[in-house]
Parts: sequence; C-alpha cells; structure tokens
Amino acid sequence: MVTVNDVVIKIGTVNGTGSASANGLLRKAIFRMGIPVVGKNYFPSNIQGLPTWYEIRVTGDGYQARANRVDLMVAMNAQTYEKDLAEVEPGGWLIYDSTWPRSSLLVRDDITVIGIPFSRFCNEKFEGVRARILMKNIAYVGAVAALLDIDLDIITSLLEETFATKSHMIASNMEAIRLGYDYARENTTCPLPMRVEAMDGTAGKIIIDGNTAAGLGCMYAGATVGAWYPITPSTSLMDAFRDFCGQYRVDPETGKHTYCIIQAEDELAAIGMVLGAAWNGARSFTPTSGPGISLMSEFIGYAYYAEIPAVIFDVQRTGPSTGMPTRTQQCDLLSCAYASHGDTKHVLLFPADPAECFYMALTAFDMAERLQTPVMVLSDLDIGMNDWMVPELEWDENYVPDRGKVLSAEQLEKMDKFYRYLDVDGDGIPYRSLPGIHPKGAYFTRGSGHTKLGAYTEDSDAYQDVIDRLLVKWETARKILPKPEIRYSKANKVGLITFGSGDSACVEALDRLQSEGIGLNYCCIKAFPFGKEVSKFIEQHDVVYVVEQNRDAQLRTLLINDIEANQMKLVPLLHYNGMPINSSFVVDKVLAESAKGRAA
Amino acid sequence: MSYIAKPKVTHPGMPKNKLGLYARDYEGTVSTLCAGCGHDSVTAAIIQAVFELGVEPHMLAKMSGIGCSSKTPAYFVSQSHGFNSVHGRMPSVTTGANAANRELMYIGVTGDGDSLSIGVGQFVHAIRRNVNMCYVIENNGVYGLTKGQFSASADIGSKTKKGEANNQEPIDPVSTAISLGATYIARGFSGDKEQLVPLLKGALTHRGFALVDIISPCVTFNDHEGSTKSYAHTRQFYHHVTDIDYIPPSEEIKTAYAEGETMPIKMHDGGTIVLRKIDRNYDPTSRAAAFKYLRERSNAGEIITGLLYLDESRSEMHELMGNVDTPLSQLPLDGLHPGKEELKNIQNRFR
Repeated sequence: MVTVNDVVIKIGTVNGTGSASANGLLRKAIFRMGIPVVGKNYFPSNIQGLPTWYEIRVTGDGYQARANRVDLMVAMNAQTYEKDLAEVEPGGWLIYDSTWPRSSLLVRDDITVIGIPFSRFCNEKFEGVRARILMKNIAYVGAVAALLDIDLDIITSLLEETFATKSHMIASNMEAIRLGYDYARENTTCPLPMRVEAMDGTAGKIIIDGNTAAGLGCMYAGATVGAWYPITPSTSLMDAFRDFCGQYRVDPETGKHTYCIIQAEDELAAIGMVLGAAWNGARSFTPTSGPGISLMSEFIGYAYYAEIPAVIFDVQRTGPSTGMPTRTQQCDLLSCAYASHGDTKHVLLFPADPAECFYMALTAFDMAERLQTPVMVLSDLDIGMNDWMVPELEWDENYVPDRGKVLSAEQLEKMDKFYRYLDVDGDGIPYRSLPGIHPKGAYFTRGSGHTKLGAYTEDSDAYQDVIDRLLVKWETARKILPKPEIRYSKANKVGLITFGSGDSACVEALDRLQSEGIGLNYCCIKAFPFGKEVSKFIEQHDVVYVVEQNRDAQLRTLLINDIEANQMKLVPLLHYNGMPINSSFVVDKVLAESAKGRAA
Repeated sequence: MSYIAKPKVTHPGMPKNKLGLYARDYEGTVSTLCAGCGHDSVTAAIIQAVFELGVEPHMLAKMSGIGCSSKTPAYFVSQSHGFNSVHGRMPSVTTGANAANRELMYIGVTGDGDSLSIGVGQFVHAIRRNVNMCYVIENNGVYGLTKGQFSASADIGSKTKKGEANNQEPIDPVSTAISLGATYIARGFSGDKEQLVPLLKGALTHRGFALVDIISPCVTFNDHEGSTKSYAHTRQFYHHVTDIDYIPPSEEIKTAYAEGETMPIKMHDGGTIVLRKIDRNYDPTSRAAAFKYLRERSNAGEIITGLLYLDESRSEMHELMGNVDTPLSQLPLDGLHPGKEELKNIQNRFR
C-alpha cells in the first residue's frame, strides 16, 4: 500500500549545528510542491550542544496540530539514538549516520533502518570542521528527498533564492544534497511506499510562525514604541518587529526612525515604558512570557485603575517558576486575567494560529485604546515559534484604527472643564486627553484612590463610585470583543470548548470523531471576558468538554467565575506535559469520557 | 491645613514671565506634607524655576513614584499633566513617555527610597539611556511615610530618633551618576533656594539626563541631633563648590566674569550657564576629577553642592536611536505601514 502526502518526518540533531536551515529547506520544498505541511521545533534551553528536534508533518488534509507519531526518523544525534529509534511507528523508517557503527543492542525488526555514511562523505568532500558539520546536515536533506520523492529542482531553486548573492554556496550545498540523494537512490528502493506527490493544496497559503505574524501586525497597527526584556519564547516577536520597522519605518531621505524599540533592564521597566508611551498617545506594546507577567503585575493593576491602554503579548511557556522555557503550555490564563493586587481583571485575546496573531495585534491596539485598559494577547510557544500553514494575510484598506475617546485640542477648547474619569456616555469609558495638546486637558494620573472627577480621595463613596464604574466598562468590553467561533455538527447535547492553539488539535479530533459517528458541537473562544455566545453555547449542552493545556483547568475556572457557567457540565480535558496538544489526545479522552457514560 | 482650598490672590505688583504668567500660576494644590518639610521648599524652588523659564504649563510633564517626595508633583503647576506611578518606577514611565513625545519637558520628582532602594535599577538605566529629563531626588536619608526606617542614602554613624546608628555604606546618587556618565549632575539643599533655583533651571534646559540631588531634611523623623541629614548638620557642613547663573537665549550676558573663576557653558536651548567656581581647582567637566574631589570631601564629612559635572556634547536617547524629530505619538497611523500590496510582497518570503 502506498501512502501519499501523509507522513511525519522527525529530525534529531545537535543544537547549534545549522540544522535549522536544512530542516527549513525540506519543509519549504514540500510546501512548494503544493502540499500542506507544518513544522514544529522541540528544542532545548541551550545555545549549543544539547539535542534538538524538528518535526515535519506532511498533511494533505491540511491539519495543523502535532501528529503524535513518527514515520521517518532522521537520527543524526548519537546521543539520542536510542530514544529516537524507539519513537518510530512500526513499519516506519530510520536514517542514521553509518560512518560509525551502531550498538548491536539497538535493533528493531519492525522498522527499516537505513545507514548512510554522511560524516565520511562530508569529510572527504569538504574542508574545515564547521563546513563538514553544516554539510552533513544538508546531506540528509538529499537523502530524505530521494526517499520521499521530493522535487530536487524545487530544492535547487530554494537554494538559489537563499544564496542569491553567494553562488559558491549554492554549488557546495547542492553537492552535499547530491551525496545524500544519490546514495539513497543507489542503496535503497526509492521512493518509499510512504511518499509525497505534488498537489494543489497551498494556493493562497503561507507558512509563518506566530511571533513573526504578531510583529508584522504591530508594525501594521502603527505601533511606535516597543519596550521589552528578552525572554523565551517571545523574543522573536520583537526581532520581527525590528526587522519590519528597519524595512518600512526608516525615512529614506533622512534615515531617521518612526519607531522606538527599547530593550529594558527588566519586565517591570518594560511595562512602565509602555504605560508612559501610551499615556502620551503612542501605540506601545511589550512581548513577554509568564515570568514577565509576574513581574509586570503591579503596573498592570495600575493601568487598569488609572485607565491607560497597554498591549502585552504573553507567549506562554511551561510553568510554574522557570519551568521548561522551551516547551509550550496555556498556563497563564488566571495570572493574566487577574494580574495585580486588589480588584482587577483584564481583557485577554486568544489567537488560535499565526494568522490570528497578525489580526489580533490590530484588535489588541484598538481594544486597548477603546477601553483604556491593558489588553493581553495570549499566544504560546506552539503558535509563536512553530511554522504553521495559514491563509495569506490580507490588509483591509478600509480599516480605521480605533483610537478611543481622545479629545482633540478643539474639543478641549470648547469645554468648560475637563474631567478625566467622568463617564459621560454611560458605557463606563471616560474621555482622555493627551499631554501637551491643550492647557485645559491637564490632569493628574494616579494609582491612589480618586473621585470620578479625578481628584485624590479617601472617601468611601467617591472611591466606590469609580471602582463600580469600571465594572460598567467591563460589560462594554464583553460586548465588543471578538466573538467565539462556533460550529454545530448536528443536533447534539455534547459540546467542546477550547481556545488558542487547542483549536488545531480539536478541529482534527472533531473530524476523526465524526468519522466514528460521534458528532460534537464546537466553540473556540477568542476573548475574555466571555461574550453571551459562550454562555449560550454552554447552556445548550448537557456536557461540555473543556480542552486546554494546563494542569489546573484554568479556562474552566474562568468560565465558572466570569459567566457563572454550570461547573457540573464542564468536563476538563487537560494536556500539560509541555508538548503541543495533538488530536489523538482529544479523541482518546472524549472516547474514554463517553464510555464512562458522562456524555450522552 | 490641606483641607483648606488655596486662595488664588495675585498682587498687581507681582512680576510676570515671558508668557505673561505670574509665579502663582505655577502653583499646585496645598501640600499635605509635615509643616517645615524640606520637600515643600523644593516645590517652591521648582515653581520659581519653571516660572522664570517661562515654561508653558501644559508642555511640562510631572513624573513621580511613591513616597513623600513623589506626592509633591500635585503641589506645583496644576495646569501640567502629572503621572504619579508606582514605587521606584518613575524612570521607566518617563522613558516611555519621552519615547512617545520628545517635545514635552519632563521633571521627575523622587526620593532616596524610591530611587536608591526599590528603584535603583531604573535610576541607573535611565542614566545609561541618557533620557532627556530633569531628575530631582529629594534626599532625606529616611523613610517618612512608614515612620523612620533608614534609607539607602543614610550615612554611616547617622542615628535614628531612637538612637540606633546606621553601619552600612550609603549609596550616593551624585557619585553613582558620575560613574554612570550622567550629563548634568548637581547637588543642592532645600534650605538654600538661591542656589537651588538656577541648578533646577539648568537641569530643566539641559538636553539629556540631569540629576539634581537635594538634601531635603525630614522634620519628623530625621532632624534630630546625631542625624547627618538634619537642617543643623547640613547647614554646618555644606559647601558650595560652584554656583551657577542660567541665562536664557533671549538675554545677553552682561556681567563681566573673571577668568579662571568662571566658566560660561552654552546650552542646547541657546541659553548659557555661567558657572562660578568657589574652589578654583574644581573642574566640573572632568568625570575623574569631579569623582575624586567629591569622594575626598565626602570622606572629610563635607556636603559638596553646586553644579558638579556637565557635559553638553553627549547625545540623548532619541539622538542615539536616530529617531524622527516629530513626536512619535503625533505620527498619523496610516502612514506607518506600507499598505495592502506590500503586505503581499512581504509574504513571498513565507512560501
């Protein structure tokens, strides 16, 4: 039997040996053949020397989640050989560097092991240690290309694009690829019965990671001030913003910048800078991860009470504490939703893939300025740092940024007296003035108790008046935030709720369950506070599975807390080992719960 | 007496500044600090300085953290925007505010607890970035609002009210600022307004980070015998090493200054600081010499005041970054992205 365009390739290498470019080359070549493909990094918190893996899922059906199986293992790291060997599906294949003998103890009869002497070839062909290591990694691209029938012409043209200005690099890379390609062809039956075949599944699609998309979104949103403290896995978001600004935000005549990126001394300073800039009317943001949110909490509460817009991207990683910085989780929901002391709660956005990271960057700035409050975009390492296939990003030329209720100099001039914290319109959102615009706009921003007129107070009623008005604003937020994505399979009393990167695995799981005759209705939540659509969805069902990637069912807690959802209905399905969630997990859990008779 | 509204009475004979405003127009609400607090004298000096400079009130941003000192921005220039932030974080808020709008004049008012303990990290990094701001430390060596604990600027041997002596080295903001490369460094005394007002005027007009460390005694918790930050101790041991006059761009320098004793320094706003040396050997343009002099005098128990270091040549934060002159917050958003077609082109690299 031949399987076409449904194969999972996993490549085990050593961190810092240039394998990322080789792996990217493979993934891109498959994409250019028109075949949907995703790439996931499993990397260590290390610069050089520790094991690292890249997993390419060739998925003709277009699913985005991790597959949870390996068909073809490229085991280039002797350190992890035993583990890598064990991971291959029965009937699968494993390629290893046969320059050195393997332990006779490491044998599997149920898979095909292909030895290729990559190191020997590269030592013979290339000069210098670094070149030999790099070329060894390029050589396995050739072997995989031969085994899976990947188009060599496409690989050549990708190399030509990458090394447009260094033609000697094209020749040497092609030479290395040929070494692997020819050896595989001469010594094995190529292609394997599990192979790729050109199709038309990538038209109008791109492959992008969430951090790059979010950085691009910030540039398009008109962000001018970005303050940050480097932290895995959020760092590449600011790197992307810097790259895009370098390209599009430098005056061609003067060479001057229309953006200001400040690498702060810590996350406390980063959020302080964001608030200062936003107070002055700039669109400003900071990317961070869980530990950064902990450090920013005091200022987040300040911004809630003093009503200052701020956009924070939390690219979540595994906690608690330092946790596993290079592994994924959705574990900061509660700490973000209620960041800071006192009665505070915050608007959260949940992008489900990199495309939504782009669009939600715009939404985040609009909502922060409309609501005059911090808005946190909760991405995660899986979305932020992995390569997802998404529809090409579209710019809506009719997009009008929502700057919120900001008074112009003319409006201020006409006013008798301006009061910063007065709810004039009844939506809980007061008007704001920007420093330096008009003498009448001056006011004193403080985190201490203040009256609705903005004056310092220790008076109980005056204090409570403002705190209660913030609840009116909270209800306004609930109405205007992005709506959940809801899909009904058929008349059914069982539903499934998830958010963020859980979407990819759940969508695939729903298809698989459907094919087994189990139809579930689906709700992918996009924002907190939850809109009435979420309440209605839960009310409609007898059982609602809540799929999330943390130990403590944080989304479930928020649902119970924010919309008083019936907790007896909410069945938690929790995946929290640090690896991206996969559809098999969801399918198995749903089937197990159904068997228990909890589901109808 | 903070419950009494401050009467706005203007005597017809009072002087006006170039904007036609009186000093009273630069006042704020009534102070809620203790009677005789040094901070109120600093507030009065700030009012005098911005009045004399003719600052447009709404173009001044008053920034602060938490503590007695950080309350004072409410007590001057009510017509300015104020940002009373969280403890020790005034520098980051000011850095961000300045990043967004470089046209405003920023004055940060902070204390020794706010800037030398909880916020010492933000203090040193604002210097490193050379944020264009006037950074005022109202330094009294003690925590007032929490009733008299030592702060990080307490001198060795200085005693609390109960007689307990400090035995830890103090953090001196002036020598710290010199070592970090701050571009305008001054020290004053809240009890010497004549010296303080020109130091503040110079700091407000300096382009870059300007530190004014002001010994400002706490009358309630640190004004007793045995304290080295009391009025009596400060009066006894403080020495002017320099005095300055700030001459605005519109005025000519009329006084003849003696060579060697004076040093006119051109400021970026077109004004001039004329620095009069009390000690002829003092060189306020050499970091190394200033540091050595200060340490020696400090070891001798003296409190050295005046404009202690000045460098008008260094670039401030925006210049170092190469930013446009227009405040970033005033750039129209639709001009900040390359549009629909270019978004397509950008995405070619993602295929």
